[in-house]
Amino acid sequence: MTDLTQLTQPAHKLSRSSKMSQSLGRLLITIAALVAVWQGLIMLFDLPPYLLPTPLAVLEKLVQRYDVLLYHSWITGQEIILGIALGLSLGMLFALQMLLFKSVKRWLLPVLIASQAVPVFAIAPLLMLWLDYGIASKVAMAAIIIFFPVTTCCYDGLRNTPQGFLDLADTMQASRWQRLRHIQLPAALPALASGIRVAVVIAPIGAVAGEWVGSSAGLGYLMLQTNARMMIDEMFAALFILSMLSVALYFTTDYLLKKLIPWDL
Amino acid sequence: MRGAGISISIENASLQYHQATTPTLQGCTLHIPARQWTCLLGRSGSGKTTLLRYLAGLLVDQVSWQGTLIISDGQPLNGRIAYMAQQDLLLPWLSVVDNVCLSYRLSGQTITPDIQQQAQHLLEQVGLAAQCQSLPQTLSGGMRQRVALARTLMQDKPLVLMDEPFSALDAVARHKLQSLSFELLKDKTVVLITHDPQEAVRLADALYILNGSPAQAQAIAVPEDLPPRALSAAAAQIQQHIFQVLGQDYD
Repeated sequence: MTDLTQLTQPAHKLSRSSKMSQSLGRLLITIAALVAVWQGLIMLFDLPPYLLPTPLAVLEKLVQRYDVLLYHSWITGQEIILGIALGLSLGMLFALQMLLFKSVKRWLLPVLIASQAVPVFAIAPLLMLWLDYGIASKVAMAAIIIFFPVTTCCYDGLRNTPQGFLDLADTMQASRWQRLRHIQLPAALPALASGIRVAVVIAPIGAVAGEWVGSSAGLGYLMLQTNARMMIDEMFAALFILSMLSVALYFTTDYLLKKLIPWDL
Repeated sequence: MRGAGISISIENASLQYHQATTPTLQGCTLHIPARQWTCLLGRSGSGKTTLLRYLAGLLVDQVSWQGTLIISDGQPLNGRIAYMAQQDLLLPWLSVVDNVCLSYRLSGQTITPDIQQQAQHLLEQVGLAAQCQSLPQTLSGGMRQRVALARTLMQDKPLVLMDEPFSALDAVARHKLQSLSFELLKDKTVVLITHDPQEAVRLADALYILNGSPAQAQAIAVPEDLPPRALSAAAAQIQQHIFQVLGQDYD
């Protein structure tokens, strides 16, 4: 008798690989369309290179100045990754504190909400003053900007554990710690994953904004410098790398989260 | 856990939620015999689940209780209960075998090879040995409830409280799981909440309908043959009687 699962498996693999090639195809077509529109705008309105360089000029800069671009990308990349790590750690810690200690929640929650009323850009100069022009102030900016979404998503996940799971844990005489470790924390992971997806999208904004306010390296710094010197093609090259960095970060994170947290509640 | 098992007698009990203005149960008297199946029927909101949750110790801070609750061995129920709900409550991040061993994890015990082997044996009994490393979301509804049954058996508690565990299954899967549960839980004192008179008549050693508002327990005589019963004229007659009693509560 033929095992049906054996018959369906290759079909499943085929459909997965065909899905991947379809996605790749869509991506290439989108990029080609954007480049065509870009080139078309330049030709249609006869735009000078200092307003909008051609895609080819930007590509040339990417090749010629790869060492400079790579150096500044490395700096910004570090700021983003460290900022995400710090913001995630703090966000999860705050969410846990609010879940475990009701009195802490009563004090922290209003402060947390009020902190969102202060624009991160407005406190950037202060961070430069307190943490210097190095990487620390940009890491802090990225961490601050992701702190709120991470905290709220994680806290929502923690306090919305399905009641049935908690009842089951109670009938099994679970301690508060065991309940948190084996039920509430894993149950909060899908919600936390949503927070992480938002975080990886907005963390680069915090890092680059920090570089704009005061820095000596990084893609934001490079964009400011090249803009001031009318090296618009290089500025676009830096912008292109920044966009690619953000997109790659999002899709990598999304892929990993789907692999690591394949369930939903 | 072998032995005489535990029976529970509830006499003239009243139960009221702290926020409610009227009691959910009042003057409720029923006897849950040891190592037998007691089925509770009643319309939605009649207080069946409330009573079960109270026995499970899940309503400690939420209700006030008056009346007598006598446990045959005089020991508290705390820690001697296994609970099986309508949803299988399998943790989606744990494999089937890890779900079966959940009570050990939650009590902070290390899962030893002996415990793993015991879980594997129970999974064999419920016909899911091959799926032991699968995640619950890859299983059908009937398979998931069988894993929940194995988890309940793994706890090995003398009292098993079941809140409509078969209601979400199709007729054939339900019938099979009823038979399997009855066979595997034969040493336990079981309280089963159900909306299905046929299920109640098939499985019950003792049968009560919670009706009225506030609800009281009305004992219903069951056929003389032993459960699980085949459909018979006597069983059909009792089912008809149950429908009539339940129908009064809807009027």
